[in-house]
Amino acid sequence: MDFLSRYDLLGAFWVTVQLTVFSAIGSLVWGTVLAAMRVSPVPLMRSFGTAYINLVRNTPLTLVIIGASLGLYSTLGVALVERESPTFIEDNNFWLAVLGLVVYTATFVCESIRSGINTVPAGQAEAARALGLGFGQTLGIVVLPQAFRSVVAPLASVLIALTKNTTVAAAIGVAEAAGLMKEMIENESDKILVVFGVFAVGFVLLTLPTGLLLGWVAKKMAVKR
Amino acid sequence: MSAPSVLYDAPGPKARGRNVGYTAAFALALLAVAWVVYLKFDEKGQLDWTLWQPLLADGRTWTEFLLPGLLNTLIAGALAIVIALPVGAIFGIARLSDHAWIRTVAGTVVEFFRAIPVLILMIFANEFYFLFTDVPADSRPLYAVVTGLVLYNASVLAEVVRSGILSLPKGQSEAAMALGLRKTQTMLTILLPQAVTAMLPAIVSQLVVVLKDTALGGAILGYEDLLIQYRVISANFANTIPTLIVIAIIYIVVNFALTQLAVWLERWLRSRRRGALTGPDPDMLEEQAPGLDLSDTRKGQPVSA
Repeated sequence: MDFLSRYDLLGAFWVTVQLTVFSAIGSLVWGTVLAAMRVSPVPLMRSFGTAYINLVRNTPLTLVIIGASLGLYSTLGVALVERESPTFIEDNNFWLAVLGLVVYTATFVCESIRSGINTVPAGQAEAARALGLGFGQTLGIVVLPQAFRSVVAPLASVLIALTKNTTVAAAIGVAEAAGLMKEMIENESDKILVVFGVFAVGFVLLTLPTGLLLGWVAKKMAVKR
Repeated sequence: MSAPSVLYDAPGPKARGRNVGYTAAFALALLAVAWVVYLKFDEKGQLDWTLWQPLLADGRTWTEFLLPGLLNTLIAGALAIVIALPVGAIFGIARLSDHAWIRTVAGTVVEFFRAIPVLILMIFANEFYFLFTDVPADSRPLYAVVTGLVLYNASVLAEVVRSGILSLPKGQSEAAMALGLRKTQTMLTILLPQAVTAMLPAIVSQLVVVLKDTALGGAILGYEDLLIQYRVISANFANTIPTLIVIAIIYIVVNFALTQLAVWLERWLRSRRRGALTGPDPDMLEEQAPGLDLSDTRKGQPVSA
């Protein structure tokens, strides 16, 4: 097993965790905005939301991330970090991957929140309107807070799917777990089961506690009806 | 329906005016973004006809690269779902077994493969075939892609089957028992056929997930799928962005058609059968997580009831 110490396993999984955290924050914000657009009274915003979801959800994540790297950076020359920085290439690839993951994952966040909005009884929104609240107030202070409480479990699933999806960043050379696994499995061809086991356990360790913890939170938070 | 949504009142004259204002502001914002993208494309010469001509006006790009690539994507996707279905059905039924050890083993396997990324499975399968089998080198990526997809999707479909069977009314298995059918007979002739019908939309939706995941095999293992064709095409014509856009449109058209088919199937099934919804929500299939119970994913139901 000592061959494992020749590789920066913890470093690779740390990059995976960082990709997950930054993409999760980004997609939660962007997904909530998209969900608000999809239920808004402005028809153009609704159509934009629907079009965005249908286009992005049906595109492979691999294509989104490769597009961010080759299209946005290589061809259009849009860099996300300082070009003078000594770690420019690594950092830029990392943030391009985060951008791709946010663009893609936000569609799932949006759909989860929208289904959460449907779980809030119509009477809540009707009462809010009867009090004279506008759309922004009805959504922001009455419906969304209740919706968020009932979508903790679906959002936890999105987060876990996101953790697994960060491996796609290997396609543009981000030094995360799947990239390291590919390198290791090619170098250590006599120990491929050990290599596979290490990475499988690594991902189980990342996803299982998240699922259990957030499952417990979901039970605590759910509005009893 | 009198009002378009419970979230806001039917707009009066003032609200209509405001909405027109918001629409105008939002349209301006979208136009501004489009204008920035246009300027950037123009600056880098991405709108030159020489870059788009091979894709839009030259049939050879399609017959030599794009369509064979699409065919390979569809082959890998179809193989994966066709193999994963029976495997998934077996594991789904095993999780409902009366014997605790069968339930435990099947449950562990299913949760394990749902917890790890499909790319990890593909990379492992690729190396495994390289070292231990004599699968020829040029078909190895296909084997690896299909293996990875089958392992992952069989565990997803196992959950779909399980929740489909659990969602059937209890009277079905009770009636079968009253008729004297054995457990296997009940499962195979009464429960499974009904569950599979209810699962059809979910299976079609899963096919979309599978097709999108085949792109991983192209990018990482070099399987000659639709996505990877961008390398050959852009190497010839230096048109990365136009090629990626066209490839994305092909994926979107195929997957959108499948999604619509799933929606139509679901509506058709619901019109045939009055009453409770059956099968898991097809929209929730992509977010597979260990421990996620698919029977909780129906829209409009509180998550923990």
